Amino acid sequence: MITLTHYLVLSAILFTLGVVGVLIRRNAIIIFMCIELMLNAVNLSFVAFAHYLNSMQGQLFVFFTMTVAAAEAAVGLAIIVAVFRNKETVNIDDMNIMKW
Amino acid sequence: MTNVSIMTFNILSILPILVLAGFGMIVLLIDVLTSRKLGEKNLLAYLSLLGIVVAAVLSRSSIGTATFSFNETFTIDNYSIFFNLIFLLSTGLTILISHNYIKREEINYGEYYALLMFSTIGMMLMASGADLLNIYIGLEVMSISIYILTGFKRSKLISNEASLKYFLLGAFATGFLLYGIALIYGSTGTINLRQIACFIAGRGGGLDPLLILGMGLIIVGLGFKVASVPFHAWVPDVYEGAPTAITAFMSVGPKAAGFAAFLRIFMTSFAYTHHEWQKIIYILAVLTMTTGNVVAIAQTNIKRMLAYSSIAHAGYLLIALVSANNMGVSGTLFYILAYIFMNIGAFAIVIVLSRKGDEFIQINDYAGLGFKHPLLAIAMTLFMLSMAGVPPMAGFVGKFYIFSAAIKSGYVGLAVIGVINSVISVYYYLRITVIMYMKEPAREFSPLTISPLIVAAIVISVVGTLQLGIFPSKVMEIAQRSIFTLK
Repeated sequence: MITLTHYLVLSAILFTLGVVGVLIRRNAIIIFMCIELMLNAVNLSFVAFAHYLNSMQGQLFVFFTMTVAAAEAAVGLAIIVAVFRNKETVNIDDMNIMKW
Repeated sequence: MTNVSIMTFNILSILPILVLAGFGMIVLLIDVLTSRKLGEKNLLAYLSLLGIVVAAVLSRSSIGTATFSFNETFTIDNYSIFFNLIFLLSTGLTILISHNYIKREEINYGEYYALLMFSTIGMMLMASGADLLNIYIGLEVMSISIYILTGFKRSKLISNEASLKYFLLGAFATGFLLYGIALIYGSTGTINLRQIACFIAGRGGGLDPLLILGMGLIIVGLGFKVASVPFHAWVPDVYEGAPTAITAFMSVGPKAAGFAAFLRIFMTSFAYTHHEWQKIIYILAVLTMTTGNVVAIAQTNIKRMLAYSSIAHAGYLLIALVSANNMGVSGTLFYILAYIFMNIGAFAIVIVLSRKGDEFIQINDYAGLGFKHPLLAIAMTLFMLSMAGVPPMAGFVGKFYIFSAAIKSGYVGLAVIGVINSVISVYYYLRITVIMYMKEPAREFSPLTISPLIVAAIVISVVGTLQLGIFPSKVMEIAQRSIFTLK
């Protein structure tokens, strides 16, 4: 029997994987993929809660999250392309014109 | 026969947003349909300003109403109207200071104005949202537009880099916000702010760990948008790399929108659990003020200095959130309004002095400005004194109200820390004044090319700073009537 807890634990694991990926990877595109993983982990939580609570709001939220993630991907990839054109690298360790 | 009830859509309630969206799209269309060389695109700037004014008039006309619309997902009350007017004012001033700047920097594309308006739409949604979904969508519409605007100087590496940093960290923070919303939804079974409050009050005490975790994650997500420490690492770099006019916009608009959502969520939904989150925000407020002010002292670049100063101002606004009373809400409204005038004014002066390829952003560049361009130096001095909180400027009155709100709620220690921080901040604000008047010019000032629009922006900012400082009672009264009427 798969319970709500199973879904939530899976979602938490996926979310943590995403966070760890953002923190340790150095390629901008992979970091962006990890961020998408975080968003989709949250979507899993939403859907599980919606099923468990018999409520539509969670499923509705997932549609909006996916739409927003698509818009974000369009802008994010465009920004990465703009950086690549000027710098010919997408390694974030090289993004050091300004001191942190 | 059964009656089918159809949800009523009160389109009129979102009219200002629709008008702004319409103007944004018209600007885009005109830009595409006219040749790139044709005219200097003055038309687009004026059209955008017209859109802002029309939206402001429409917003203003519904003052006094307090209703929900769209099945209780959207609120019209004095609080959201006050914030809408604040956003429109900041966008209007940004267009005034951008007009000449984007021509000079050769980034004079029509999307610039359209994106500014779209991002304003996002902010208005954030201030008016009555459920977490609306607030989330508003936040994303605002942020995505600003990611693009930050990287608008496409050929400049520094602008690309700022944009990439802002985008990656912003999307990362949004992930946390979203997870927070999911946990709150799971714990309370709803995403409607009022129903969350009812649920928490109905259960009485006994906090669910999911709810606490969700609240913490929402603090992370919104804390990032308002640039509070320890979620501030992006601020100096992004402010430095973005086009100066966008830096001015970023330091007021999204910050104001972040606080609009912060106050709305925490003072309606989580009002019952305020003992839990007040402790966290307390620590954030102290860290934010102190880090902002202390690090600002060491800066030599004026854009970075203003970035740290904007972090410090977020700290003062967090004090108002900690006090969690009506005075804190009206103090926040007043302070943000004052902050718009003084901050956009300061950036306008940076823009007037800069040249293409010569940004003029080292603080030492300002040496001798008092003799060469006395009027600009006087205006800059006014803005700096106001930010430091010297009476009779707007910044002083704003800080006074916020610290009073903290004392009223019993946070005397926090108010004292706030005052100490204001004293620290005087050092770096006054340093600019001292350099302007008491040092010999270190370099040549090239002749100014002043456009009427930017002069208008500086004049509005000076008048606003003085007006709010010397005669604050009228605006303060409006702010006091703009606390939440719908709970």
